[in-house]
Amino acid sequence: MLQSIKVGRKIDSLWLWRNLSFSLVEGTRLGLIGASGTGKSLLLRAIAGLDPLQEGDIKYQDRSLSSWNLPMYRSQVIYLHQQPVMFEGTVEANLKAVYQLSVHRHHHYDGHKIISLLDLFNRPWEFLQKQATSLSGGESQITALIRGLQLEPMVLLLDECTASLDPTTKSQVESAIATWLEQDSRRACIWTSHDSQQIQRVTNEQLLLSKYTG
Amino acid sequence: MSDNYLSLSYGQLAISCLLILINVILSLRLRLGLERSLIIASVRMVLQLLLIGYVLEWLFALSDPFSVLAIALLMAGIAGISAVNRTSRRFSGIYWQSLLSVSVSAFIVTNLSVAGIIQVKPWFNPQYLIPMLGMILGNTLTGISLGLERFMEGLVINRNAIETLLALGATRWEATHREIQIAVKTGMIPTINSMMVMGLVSLPGMMTGQILAGASPIDAVRYQIVIVFAIASASALGTISVVLFAWWTLLSPNHQLRSDRLQ
Repeated sequence: MLQSIKVGRKIDSLWLWRNLSFSLVEGTRLGLIGASGTGKSLLLRAIAGLDPLQEGDIKYQDRSLSSWNLPMYRSQVIYLHQQPVMFEGTVEANLKAVYQLSVHRHHHYDGHKIISLLDLFNRPWEFLQKQATSLSGGESQITALIRGLQLEPMVLLLDECTASLDPTTKSQVESAIATWLEQDSRRACIWTSHDSQQIQRVTNEQLLLSKYTG
Repeated sequence: MSDNYLSLSYGQLAISCLLILINVILSLRLRLGLERSLIIASVRMVLQLLLIGYVLEWLFALSDPFSVLAIALLMAGIAGISAVNRTSRRFSGIYWQSLLSVSVSAFIVTNLSVAGIIQVKPWFNPQYLIPMLGMILGNTLTGISLGLERFMEGLVINRNAIETLLALGATRWEATHREIQIAVKTGMIPTINSMMVMGLVSLPGMMTGQILAGASPIDAVRYQIVIVFAIASASALGTISVVLFAWWTLLSPNHQLRSDRLQ
């Protein structure tokens, strides 16, 4: 469903990675492995279309990113930041905010869906009334995940999304993503993590970035 | 209006130096260290103004539109460049974008007010055109540099929030609309603030000058109103235009925030 064709990323005339090709098949959980500074985040950002590529192409559903309307593409392939950003207002306001974007205007905030998502993280509905900007790191990450998952994306790009989380929250995040994958066999995700045990646990395919350094 | 104002002699100008001299003596006695910059600033101010007085005398005698336009373009060019020089970040294209925003907005507004509203004949009469343009350029320059600075700063500080919105499917316009809004408002703060208290707290310099030179206050006020509208309009046009140009450069058509283009 998602292909990377000989992509390359150059920073200050040095290739971070080059000739990088892989294809993400439906149902796959792909893990990106590489030391810090090898450009794992930059690869995820490039897949999300947030950074320009110096070489190669990324295709989603056999269409090159350049021919996609990027907001439409990003409503299906969602990149979750390592450090989640909360908008002003309550958690609920954060979840509702995305429906103001024109790409989601045909969808509406669904309270029932949110309650079942909260269940995955063992959070009561009162959690929605908390001020988003004063949440702990773990709670922010949960909010960011729910904010993305409610849009029912087909691909999640998870950039160190459990770094700095306590073990309980970490396993809640892992199982929430597993549940999201089970709900539709066409869904897939890409993980990066410093924790190699976690990568072994949550992914079923791995890509070694160091093989592609320029 | 020229028959009832008091012309100042150089002797009188010399006496006005005493006003500064008092402060120089005070600064020396109290060792405030103010005297050096006070003297330098005074000398510069006097030389620059005397010089511009002679330049204006020469300028006002010009009777062909091309020399007047050349001077106007030179003034706009200096304004466009100094607007960028006051900002702390750069991207390629920032200079021509600022030049274009300053000159187009100032020229449209100056011409509308001089030829259309005040109905000066001929339209390029330098006695009206040049001082009007100068005042409009000065204020537009401030608006542009404040707006540009705030916009670039906003993109850098709120980069993560903007990219979070983009990653959730926002268009580049939706993701940065708030930054555009704040930048344009920031650029307009000086103009709006001064309009709010004009006549209550401050008597505008131009109006004061006209009144001192013998014009009736009512006439002076009418000119002032036209000029304030012109200034506000040109500042707003210039600020909006320069922020949109920067937006167009720093947010690519495929909805990416190009922080790499900012230096």
